[in-house]
Amino acid sequence: MKRETLVWTIVFVIGGVMLLANAFLRGAGNQYVRVDERAFVNVGTDDDPKWVNAGSDDILDHDAATISADRRVSWKTSSTVDARVWAEAERADPGQRTIVFSLSRTVGTWLAALFTLAILSFLYRDNPFYKSAESIIVGVSAAYWMVVGFWDTLVPILFANIVPELVKGTVMPGISDSPAMDARIKALVALVLGALLLCRLLPKGGWISRWPMAFIIGAFCGLRLIAFLHADFLSQISNSIIPLWVVDPATQTFDIWSSLENITLIAGVLACLVYFFFSIEHKGVVGRTARVGIWFLMITFGAAFGYTVMGRIALLAMRLEFLFEDWLWLVDPAGRHAIG
Amino acid sequence: MYEFFRDLDRRWIFLLMFLAVSVPILAQLQFPEKPTGLAESTFREIDDLPPGSRVLLAFDYDPASEGELGPMATSFVLHCAAKGHRMYFLALWPVGTRMIEQKIDSVLRADFPHLVYGQDYVNLGFKTGNEGVIKLIVSDFPRAFPADIQGTPVSDIPMMQGIRNLLDLDLIANVSAGYPGTKEWIQYAVTPNPSDIRIVAGCTGVQAPLMYPYIPSQLPGLLAAIKGAAEYEKLVMDRYGHLVHAEDGRVSGIYAEGRRRMGPQLIAHVLMVILIIAGNVIYFVGRRREARS
Amino acid sequence: MQRTVPLLIAIVCGFTMIVSFFIPAAQRSGDDVAEIFNILAAVAFVLGGGNLLKIHLKKVSDQAAGWGYSLITVTAFLLTLCVGLFKIGANPADRYPGHAWSGEYSETGSAFWWIYEFVFKPITATMFAMLAFYVASAAFRAFRAKNTEAVLLLGTAFIILLGRTYAGVILTDWLPDSLSGLRFENLTMTIMNVFNTAGSRAIMIGIALGTASVSLKILLGVDRSYLGGGRG
Repeated sequence: MKRETLVWTIVFVIGGVMLLANAFLRGAGNQYVRVDERAFVNVGTDDDPKWVNAGSDDILDHDAATISADRRVSWKTSSTVDARVWAEAERADPGQRTIVFSLSRTVGTWLAALFTLAILSFLYRDNPFYKSAESIIVGVSAAYWMVVGFWDTLVPILFANIVPELVKGTVMPGISDSPAMDARIKALVALVLGALLLCRLLPKGGWISRWPMAFIIGAFCGLRLIAFLHADFLSQISNSIIPLWVVDPATQTFDIWSSLENITLIAGVLACLVYFFFSIEHKGVVGRTARVGIWFLMITFGAAFGYTVMGRIALLAMRLEFLFEDWLWLVDPAGRHAIG
Repeated sequence: MYEFFRDLDRRWIFLLMFLAVSVPILAQLQFPEKPTGLAESTFREIDDLPPGSRVLLAFDYDPASEGELGPMATSFVLHCAAKGHRMYFLALWPVGTRMIEQKIDSVLRADFPHLVYGQDYVNLGFKTGNEGVIKLIVSDFPRAFPADIQGTPVSDIPMMQGIRNLLDLDLIANVSAGYPGTKEWIQYAVTPNPSDIRIVAGCTGVQAPLMYPYIPSQLPGLLAAIKGAAEYEKLVMDRYGHLVHAEDGRVSGIYAEGRRRMGPQLIAHVLMVILIIAGNVIYFVGRRREARS
Repeated sequence: MQRTVPLLIAIVCGFTMIVSFFIPAAQRSGDDVAEIFNILAAVAFVLGGGNLLKIHLKKVSDQAAGWGYSLITVTAFLLTLCVGLFKIGANPADRYPGHAWSGEYSETGSAFWWIYEFVFKPITATMFAMLAFYVASAAFRAFRAKNTEAVLLLGTAFIILLGRTYAGVILTDWLPDSLSGLRFENLTMTIMNVFNTAGSRAIMIGIALGTASVSLKILLGVDRSYLGGGRG
């Protein structure tokens, strides 16, 4: 065995033993859930069902006891609670079944921690753990987006207008089963264009996908043309028309600092714009102004760098908080794990 | 010594950064927070609205930026709930619905159980189309969002009655991680209708510097990165923190996330400054040595 | 057919959007285009998924280098897709208890939620968090005060890094009120409100003009690169 492999094996074994000890002795990483049962009773008929929550006062208006089992539905929901809440419930009523240990969420927490460590392991060097996690996220993300697009847009906006009876009878019982004719026509146009777009996946005849692509590009250009000219061009010129001689409204005296700020702001915008103007050679006055423009841009980029660093560190802090607080229970700033 | 630092393996720098962030978390380092003007104006925009105002909470972010934006979203929801505003949640990012559900669970269901879904808040979910969605809701809200996330038609949701378009709402509170986000809300909703709708936003550090040209006429309030989140969190908790204290005085950790993360932030920023200085010292020493030789 | 029809579609759609902004009577047409655009965006998600599957299945069938990882990708993709499309573990909506499929597909506690919470979330969040390490390494190796421009960039970064944390207060709180503008937190605000706003505004104006000109070129049929090759 190579020396490096031996060292890593020892590190993994010791780390694993410590993690297991932490988990079994302290319960670190354990997840608990509050289980609620939802029960409903059909007090109407099979053709015209009327569901009443069995836990609500409405059920008292009906003779629920006589309603057969096939007209009842129930399921359980679970919401994560802190370990402290579970411990308090156990102290008050040992063996209670309302707040219980959740195996699936505990396994999930451990898996999430292992994925976090797998990604972080890339800092040392590329390795199969990182590559596997990377491959998983590529597949999961693509499918996630597909599922979200299907349920959130295609079903309620497209299919609900094309096959309303099917959608109403299965996934969206509340919708109308007779949508307006213009909505149906639009949905059909979208369906045809969508089908043409998917032709891109075919080995031959992919050119037909240019039609929906042209629709997307045309609509996108039309949207952006106006929005950018309005919000980012005209409005920015308007925002730059500010007083260079500022008077303090409270004291009615000249405010030198605000005036200087406004003058610098206008001068900066103009200098940067001169720098962006490449049709004239940057020489003489233009060259010197453009150079001032570069300085302003450098300050802008410096500020952007500072803010970017800030953002990245906040993301790292969140991941480490997950490892230390949710998984390893090394810190407990809000008293979530105090089970002693 | 010079050669050691010049050829320093980058993994030592990674280790330093790991320690700079992890030690303050483990030591639970926290520092005082002093809100600045932009956080205060964001706070005022929401606070000055009369109770019962309609606020659109657009959560356009995902787990990749949750570290910065999660605390802002929490504070926006807490602030609106505490003021008694009606909250209309939606997302232009596919994972945004999870962000919304998480905040509804951890803030509204946990600390404001008296609020009724459909009357005080509604989750309209996500729709594809980016700015296309904004363009559509500016003129016809139910056309873009015919039902909420549970499939209930908007015509059956009490708080959606009378909402024809976005301009029937009073304020947009946007939490944005990029495209589509604050820029698109300003471009397609606020700029064409300046007297009808206003916006406040919480942005990532990457986006924030690019949002400043919109301030204040197009964007009256901006929370920039985790610092903005911490400042706004302090303002909201100072004013409304008493509403989320449990009987035993305990407060959920989510209401202090922003301020807690400013601890590791400080140490890591100082490390960054030290690294830049050290890198430059090595560079100039190297140049002098080259010049001599 | 292959070039003229799409060109016409792009022009009609684009100008419908533009006209709808100026003429209230045309607004409904603009909304129609936007609605179809939004649906096509959802189809694009399906296209993306299909494309990913096609590429990785080919890699697996060819047993190309790294095909094992492609197999992991395909498995993860299909598993997530089935779990999400079949709403595995999702309960009916409270409003419609008689309809087993009426519930929310990503409801807390469902299998799709589990994949989001314990797979999607940790991996994506950690991948972005990794940049904190690389930005530190880059700061040590690449940030050099070689000239005036670099010094300005570095100096600004210093002030922002310190001024946006309590470190700025610790370092410059001793300054008297008459010099309070030089405290790091106030310097940060001045930089952001004046210098950064000026630079960002100029960049914004430049991008706006660029976007408008590219859009116009496409809508007027001058730029047809999006149509690719082929006969007209």
